[in-house]
Amino acid sequence: MSTITAEARLTSSRTASRALRAVRRRHHLETAGTLLLSVVLIVWTIVPIYNMVMISLEPEGDVFTDHIWPRVWSIESFWGVLTQGHWYLEHFWHQFANSIYMGAMVTILTLTIGTLTSFSIGRMRIRYGWLVSNAALLTYVIPASFLAIPFYRIMQNYGLANNLWSVIAALVAFATPYAFFVFQEYGRSIPIEVDESARIDGASPIQIYLRIYLPLMAPALVAVGTYAMLLAWNEYLYQFLLLSSKSSMTVPPPVAIYYAFRRRMTAGLTMGGVKG
Amino acid sequence: MNGASVLDIDRPAIRRRTLARSLRGTLKGGEYTWAVAFVVPYIAVFLAFVVYPVVYGLWMGSEASLYRELFADPIYQSTVVNTVLYLALGVNVKMFLALLLSGFFMRPGRWMKALLLIFVLPWAVPQISTFISIHWMLNGEWGFLNNVLYGLFHIEGPYWLNDRWSALGAVIVAHIWKWTPFWTLILLAGRMAIPLEIRDTAKVDGATGLSGFVHITFPLLANLYLICTLLSTIFLLGDFNAVTFVSGGGPANQGHVLATIGIRNAFDLAQPRLGVAAVMSALPMVIPLVIVLMRKLRTAEVQL
Repeated sequence: MSTITAEARLTSSRTASRALRAVRRRHHLETAGTLLLSVVLIVWTIVPIYNMVMISLEPEGDVFTDHIWPRVWSIESFWGVLTQGHWYLEHFWHQFANSIYMGAMVTILTLTIGTLTSFSIGRMRIRYGWLVSNAALLTYVIPASFLAIPFYRIMQNYGLANNLWSVIAALVAFATPYAFFVFQEYGRSIPIEVDESARIDGASPIQIYLRIYLPLMAPALVAVGTYAMLLAWNEYLYQFLLLSSKSSMTVPPPVAIYYAFRRRMTAGLTMGGVKG
Repeated sequence: MNGASVLDIDRPAIRRRTLARSLRGTLKGGEYTWAVAFVVPYIAVFLAFVVYPVVYGLWMGSEASLYRELFADPIYQSTVVNTVLYLALGVNVKMFLALLLSGFFMRPGRWMKALLLIFVLPWAVPQISTFISIHWMLNGEWGFLNNVLYGLFHIEGPYWLNDRWSALGAVIVAHIWKWTPFWTLILLAGRMAIPLEIRDTAKVDGATGLSGFVHITFPLLANLYLICTLLSTIFLLGDFNAVTFVSGGGPANQGHVLATIGIRNAFDLAQPRLGVAAVMSALPMVIPLVIVLMRKLRTAEVQL
């Protein structure tokens, strides 16, 4: 009897330990899998960024580089950009200021127009507000690049050719729908009774908008503001098409062109040097 | 008689009042003026910078002869093939990876949070410089990729961007690299929104791993996944930067997509009408997409 129970206990503990071992093995396998996938993801993510940083830190002449990291670290390129030390970058700081100005204007206008619209439609419940929502939705799903060619033409009709405001107008037109949706969505979390009690206390719509709506919307304003600023900062096509003089350009086109040509130019020079 | 004439006098006033009420809704007179004043800026922007260019574009591309010229152009023909491949592979591979990776990032632990922070870098860094970086990486002579291939395996890598298909592949991979993190975050948010009770009940009922995904997670994510796919299709169709900076539409104009060929026709060849026609030729695909998307977005309240 006792031997049987002992045996049973032994087998049960054996199966238990076997199960434990299986669990452990599975755990190890999972950890190994996670680790492997993590490494793959990190390499995949970092390589283009690493390449970008590496190239910017390379000395100008190091073109035929068969190495994977720079032999010499140099901030020559950054210095060249900051001191406008290249013919293509002679207006860098001016263009940088243009970028800042444009980013600020796009952000301010997007936030102002977006909040006013969503206040009127979401809070004041203006009739036919759904028409405006649909217009915004339609704008949101039209690819911006598809409108670039007619946009170029109409900017000439408006007398805004080669003017920073043409790009600002385009970006505001494409950013406001998104802003409007975020504000509508966020506004739902603020009880409408807040507005109503202010209304009963005699507050005018503009007072409700300024004193109640905007302060309560602060987190959404920050999020949309960041989005608008990034949009303005990353936009290339409209700036490339609508701005042609160097003094009205913003940073992305010249920097892009400088990057694209710097390599080619130095490649050409060194090739000539080797052949000569 | 007398009563009728009184009614006749009053009727226009009543009609005016009901018209005003139907316009104003519940708002009082002064408030209604404010409400209208608040939407006017947006309507003005919409009319001046969306409606006007759209109508102008439709007018520019309204000649039938343009399309005859366009369809006969061999560059346009290869552009259509490229666009279809770019859409089919770019959108679906990216979204599928995002779906899988969003599941991976649901794992608990501080390490996963740190990894997620690294993983979203491609989305956070500026587009143009990273696309240029990818362009350089693929250079046949001194590109990073061929240097690594040579360093590790002593293989002389090809000139990636000199071949039409590998150049298009590079654009697709660059797009996937750039945008997978964003859609992973969206799908991750979607997964997190699934109530914990549902997942726990499913686990108790034995739906774990693959069967849990097939029967519980995916049905709940399906609508979001569909909306993301449609939106991403539209975004990709209008994507100008990846093609321009990674392959430049090359080699020999064999690598264009509809978004870049329009700009090329309009500004490099100085034929804006032909450019608009190229863009317009995408409308048969865009319009149904837009209609489905607008319906879905209106009902689903998705935040993007």
